[in-house]
Amino acid sequence: MKDILKELDKAFENKVRLGIMSALIVNKYVDFNRLKEILEVTDGNLASHLKSLERKGYITFKKDFLGRKPNTKYSVTVEGQVAFRKHIKAIERLLG
Amino acid sequence: MNNEKYLSDLQDIKKIMNRTSRFISLSGLSGIFAGTFALLGAYAAYNRVYAHQTEIGYRIVEISSNTIFDLLTIAFITIVCAVISGLFFTIKESKKRNQEVWDEQVKRLLVSLLIPLITGGLLCLLLLFHGHVGIIAPLTLVFYGLALINASHYTLGEIKSLGLIQVFLGLLAAYYIGFGLLFWAIGFGIFHILYGIIMHYRYNQ
Repeated sequence: MKDILKELDKAFENKVRLGIMSALIVNKYVDFNRLKEILEVTDGNLASHLKSLERKGYITFKKDFLGRKPNTKYSVTVEGQVAFRKHIKAIERLLG
Repeated sequence: MNNEKYLSDLQDIKKIMNRTSRFISLSGLSGIFAGTFALLGAYAAYNRVYAHQTEIGYRIVEISSNTIFDLLTIAFITIVCAVISGLFFTIKESKKRNQEVWDEQVKRLLVSLLIPLITGGLLCLLLLFHGHVGIIAPLTLVFYGLALINASHYTLGEIKSLGLIQVFLGLLAAYYIGFGLLFWAIGFGIFHILYGIIMHYRYNQ
């Protein structure tokens, strides 16, 4: 039981981060505004969670432009995918 | 340990995964074929309406109930051909990408597309039943455009602008009543071919 608990990633202990990873893992990339729509959080809240996931190396971003407006696209890294899948597996095992 | 929390976590994960994924296997070839069928249908309709012209100069346009029946038949055949070819190419593309041909995503897409579409279709048939002919073509374009705009949230984004164009053409057609066939040819025909080509090069390579 203790081993499984160790497999849970602290980085995903937050609902918003869980949501970010879930969205990114099924799409090539998702832009900031769409993430905001899906997760229903404020700009600042989303930005800080994105930053912490990015610092852990789980996601990456590409700054782009939609005409004149800046448009940042986020995607999951290979490490992020591995970590997230590990986390999900741990949860599933905990639930039996 | 907090099993409820983990269960709800998993449910959230599943929910968000489902909500964000878009149906990306839409094939550009579907658009090209649908557009071509539409142009062929428009040509057939044009011939049917403007048939039996003997004088050079003023053209006689007679829309009798026979003509209407023929036009409806042409429209029906065009739609069936467009839909079948559309399905064929999209299923082929889905298989190529190893994506499920029929899942929650596809169901959601179809529902969002069909509700405005069927509503528009029924409304047009009812209006036709009451003898309103000129407004039918504009309305079909408008409802089709609205259906596309609605469905665009669940599939490729380009569909939204295609939908807006159809709505715009439909409104124009409502102003220039009588030019329905022309607007049909432009909206269902030319723009579908155009979008089909663009999407084919963007996504299906």
